[in-house]
Amino acid sequence: MHIRPVLPEIIVFTMACVILLADLFWKRRFKGLMYAATQGTLAAAAVAAYAARNETPRVILHGMMAADYLSVILQIAIFAMTAIVLAYSRTYMTERGVFRSEYFALALTGVAGMCVMVSAAHFLSLYLGLELMSLSLYALIAMQRDSVPATEAAMKYFILGALSSGLLLYGLSMLYGATGSLEIGKVAAALAALPRQDLVATLGLVFVLSGLAFKLGVVPFHMWVPDVYEGAPTGVTLYVSAAPKIAAFALFLRLLVEGLHGLSGAWQEMLVLLSFLSMAIGNVVAIAQVNIKRMLAYSAIAHMGFLLLGLLSARVSGYADALFYALVYALMTLGAFGVIILLSRKGFEAERLDDLRGLYNRSPWYAWVMLLFMFSMAGIPPTIGFYAKLAVIQAAVSAGFYGLAVAAVLFSVIGAFYYLRAVKLMFFDAPVDAMPLRPGRDLRWVLSLNGLAMVLATPWVGALIGICRAAVRGFP
Amino acid sequence: MTFETAVFYLFSAILLASAAMVVTIRNPVKSVLFLVLAFVSAACLWILLHAEFLAIVLVLVYVGAVMVLFLFVVMMIDVNLAVLRQGFTEYLPVGAVVAVLMVVEIALVVGPRQFAPMQVIAAMAPAAHPHVSNTRALGLLLYTTYVYPFEIAAAILLVAIIAAIALTMRRRPDTKYQDPARQVEVRARDRVRLVKMPSEPKT
Repeated sequence: MHIRPVLPEIIVFTMACVILLADLFWKRRFKGLMYAATQGTLAAAAVAAYAARNETPRVILHGMMAADYLSVILQIAIFAMTAIVLAYSRTYMTERGVFRSEYFALALTGVAGMCVMVSAAHFLSLYLGLELMSLSLYALIAMQRDSVPATEAAMKYFILGALSSGLLLYGLSMLYGATGSLEIGKVAAALAALPRQDLVATLGLVFVLSGLAFKLGVVPFHMWVPDVYEGAPTGVTLYVSAAPKIAAFALFLRLLVEGLHGLSGAWQEMLVLLSFLSMAIGNVVAIAQVNIKRMLAYSAIAHMGFLLLGLLSARVSGYADALFYALVYALMTLGAFGVIILLSRKGFEAERLDDLRGLYNRSPWYAWVMLLFMFSMAGIPPTIGFYAKLAVIQAAVSAGFYGLAVAAVLFSVIGAFYYLRAVKLMFFDAPVDAMPLRPGRDLRWVLSLNGLAMVLATPWVGALIGICRAAVRGFP
Repeated sequence: MTFETAVFYLFSAILLASAAMVVTIRNPVKSVLFLVLAFVSAACLWILLHAEFLAIVLVLVYVGAVMVLFLFVVMMIDVNLAVLRQGFTEYLPVGAVVAVLMVVEIALVVGPRQFAPMQVIAAMAPAAHPHVSNTRALGLLLYTTYVYPFEIAAAILLVAIIAAIALTMRRRPDTKYQDPARQVEVRARDRVRLVKMPSEPKT
């Protein structure tokens, strides 16, 4: 049946509408029903995606959608990340009065957009999925209407996002002009038939890559990242920082690798530059931050630079490593922002690095959990972040980018400074604010599991990379 | 030059000129009216391409509905263009230089010589079929080949509605609103209280 691979999108979007309507009638009668319904929707959609895992890879719906193992893996990851986000932000958003059905509906429509993106086989569906996700994100960031920083962040994200969508569209139109098709498979075939350096296609590639780089947030298209991370309510920052990055990474795989593999020489050079600049600026500027959300934003920029190391090798094993890195990164960033949510309470936003001071005295367990996240982000063994970094650096070395690999190691050493500074603040400094932590049940359990996963998943790293390899097997 | 080419250049010139006026003119109402002119000229260009349905939709939807709404909004809110235009002349030279440079560079790269090899043009423009109405053809395409993006586009519109409502519908403490249920439920004795007072002697 053709409908089966689209089932996750259909479930998610239909339930978003159902939740909006049901909220009108049952808001007062059943507290927490909408939250449970949202989590149930995500679980059901994950099951639907998993059920389609063994289908032969093919393009369905008149060339609009790729039903392959990669989209199954990425969709399940997106559902899992979003479920974690909702569990973390439950208490936080409730205290700020925005844990309403619109929040769930917009979160779900954003998820539907990401699912469309990761399984896109046509420029049209790819772009529309991107817009569906972005529109939901803008609205989510602005949800807290009375907060000036949130409104400002939403405005900046909206304007820059519109600009980058314009760049992407312009590039896609150039590619259409050069190849005469919007279908990614046909574009790849037409590019193979063109002369080696077709100027129009290369120009299109430049614009497409700029648009994609903006969505991923790599230097020099990173300006929005710190402002949006800082301004958005932490619960929404959590959402923006994890699943959309995976979806943006999927666009790189779909467009650059599947569609424009004929121009791989050109995009490799551009990615080398983007990757180097991101690692350099992200890691160095993060040192100067006093706001922990801004610090994590710059750390995100640096991590995206590492992610590109795997992509720019232009080999199948490199794509698998990059995919693994993206998934691991999403888990780490969720955990780190989860700890920030844990430190916040009604009427108090934990934002400064100083708020981490003395966390060990206040709650030894969560200090250890945060330590695991920080070690994993810095890439210190035996955490899973170490294996992810190792894999992408190996990919760069095997493709012959020795200089870049050395730079990556150096920058990760520089980066280790600010992660370890956070650890030092937690363990060796006296607390500034001695209020007891009162995490909700969801946050307590999921955050602990998330932290333990950083070390306990290491025996299965090989198996996880194997899954990633299987996901990108058919790629050129 | 055939008659059609002449008409094409005429409408293109009107389109470009009115588009330029939209962004340069001082009065926002006039700017909206120029945008209407730009849409109408674009619709004429569609008609030249035998795409009557698209032309009519452009006029009906954009000119008839969207722009009228725009006009209302522009007239209702007080747009202070002087503030918006602050620094316009200051940044104009730099902006113009960058724009001209980019146009020249792009023209060099994707000039008419590089653009669109012949076989691509042939592939993109199938021979016109005289017996197929283009409304019917569009409808067939939208609901078969392009049904997936069509549905996603509809989803995007729904999200836009949800977002707009979620961002603007809120109970501010200082807004005054009526609750029809409470208005209906009101009883006379809650509102008017008859108080017995002893009559006072005339002084």
